[in-house]
Amino acid sequence: MRNLKLLLLCAAIVGCAAVAVYADNSVLSKVLERYQAEGAASFSAENGEKMWTQKFNSDEEPLIRSCTTCHGTDLSKQGSHAKTGKIIEALAPSANPERFTDEEKIEKWFNRNCKWTLGRECTVQEKGDFLSFLSSK
Amino acid sequence: MISSPFLAVNNAGRMDIQQENTLKKIILLVALWAIPATAMAHDILGFPRHKGVEPVVNKKYSSSCGECHYAYHPGLLPSRSWKKLLEPKSLENHFGDNAELSEKDRLEVLAFLTENASETTWHFKRSVKITQSIPEDVTPLRISEVPYIKKKHMEIPREMVKDNPKVRSLAQCNKCHTEAVEKGQFSRTNVDIPNFRNWADLID
Repeated sequence: MRNLKLLLLCAAIVGCAAVAVYADNSVLSKVLERYQAEGAASFSAENGEKMWTQKFNSDEEPLIRSCTTCHGTDLSKQGSHAKTGKIIEALAPSANPERFTDEEKIEKWFNRNCKWTLGRECTVQEKGDFLSFLSSK
Repeated sequence: MISSPFLAVNNAGRMDIQQENTLKKIILLVALWAIPATAMAHDILGFPRHKGVEPVVNKKYSSSCGECHYAYHPGLLPSRSWKKLLEPKSLENHFGDNAELSEKDRLEVLAFLTENASETTWHFKRSVKITQSIPEDVTPLRISEVPYIKKKHMEIPREMVKDNPKVRSLAQCNKCHTEAVEKGQFSRTNVDIPNFRNWADLID
């Protein structure tokens, strides 16, 4: 009887976790679907990774910029803002389950960071590639 | 003859001497009450009741601005400064960073900042000093450019702020002002400069 209770409890916990994960993924898949509706082809985590570490030139300091400038190379660890030093929480959903669960936040930061790092907005293809790469971490 | 002075006038429409004296007494009493009452009112109307800046918080402001730096209290700048900082063009290049917001978020943050700007929080001492120190035709974009704040930090040597890896800039108020974020307190007694615990002995 006691074992049965324990089993039920475990099942409930696993069930809740599964629902939580599903809820998270639903935001991500909704965003990816929208990108495709806006003209993107299928997404490549590999391309996302390449671009993640690519270096871009800027007229202002820092003269060489990359996503890793602030986010670091290990996505399961915290990064820090290039200028203010403020901690940026880990991007990998495995380390930080809140990542990619808020569509407005995703778009706000793609807009700000693509312009700062690349000097232009990212295309929907690039954003989808980035998300595919990041969400796999 | 009317017995009660409060029934004011006699048949001729004039107050008699007794009524006049009573009125004088009333005026005197009102005046005696009014002096301390005005002094109390001054506490509210004339002088600030609180020491720091108002520690107001807004969820949208915290997420829009506080993800890159400590979300500066609105009472640290006048509304004309916040308006300029929050212009779409300004946000595109926010001291070298892109801090763009959706129009909906921008307006929400702007409203919060201007509604709680330094000149509106007259009951907080630091906000009053900030407002008073800025000439009317000047719109500072950096809190560190506000004359009152500039003056307050003038004697702090470079090694404690800019060359201090744990502080790096005067813009990082909360690195030394330990009660700033939560309470809006910027008193000397709450200052703790990282790597310079004995700062008070080094600066007059």
